[in-house]
Amino acid sequence: MRAVIDGPIDVAAVRAAVSDPGFGAILVFEGVGRDHFEGRPVRALEYEAFPELAGPVLAALADRVEARYGVRAAAVHRTGRVEVGEPSLVIAVGAAHRPAAFDACRALLEALKAELPVWKKEIYDDGSAWKANAPAGDAGTPEVP
Amino acid sequence: MPNVTIRCFAALRERAGRSTWDEVAAEGESVGALYRRLFPPGDLPVAYLVNRVTVPAATLPSAGDEVAFLPPVGGG
Repeated sequence: MRAVIDGPIDVAAVRAAVSDPGFGAILVFEGVGRDHFEGRPVRALEYEAFPELAGPVLAALADRVEARYGVRAAAVHRTGRVEVGEPSLVIAVGAAHRPAAFDACRALLEALKAELPVWKKEIYDDGSAWKANAPAGDAGTPEVP
Repeated sequence: MPNVTIRCFAALRERAGRSTWDEVAAEGESVGALYRRLFPPGDLPVAYLVNRVTVPAATLPSAGDEVAFLPPVGGG
């Protein structure tokens, strides 16, 4: 399951997409709407995609991570308004063993944040602002193939 | 002078008041120059895509091309 959709994400369905009797590790990552940014209250988020491009890019990144780490990977990103506490991105990774699952999940997350043609606007009580992702800036980030 | 279709997103879309429209690029006008003309002074860094493929700013569009300006992404 790889998709960019306009509506709530079915987290259980994303997890089910990577289920396999041969897997000893299944990781589910949810990126959720946070109620603050640098001390400023955030009421909601709005996501916008390059609709014809976002789905294929997400699928290609998941394919690359599967090939690099030998895992099964699924991911769904949401567009439109996302309330605080709701998931905007769900990644599920299934693997025979935990190291590959953790590394692949982090690699796919960072690749999506860097390359997916999706934009985020934070909604405040008194306005809004588009927010770009910062580079991971973490030497421990697993390699993105 | 090539007719192209412009696509823009997020802050650029809000600034333009529309997400897509047809534009006539001047002879020899690169996608970078087109961006600076449509979004002066062109200070927001963008990625240039022609027909969904990332290209350098100096790329000259052809008639019928889709030219997209992508601000820094913020998914996740």
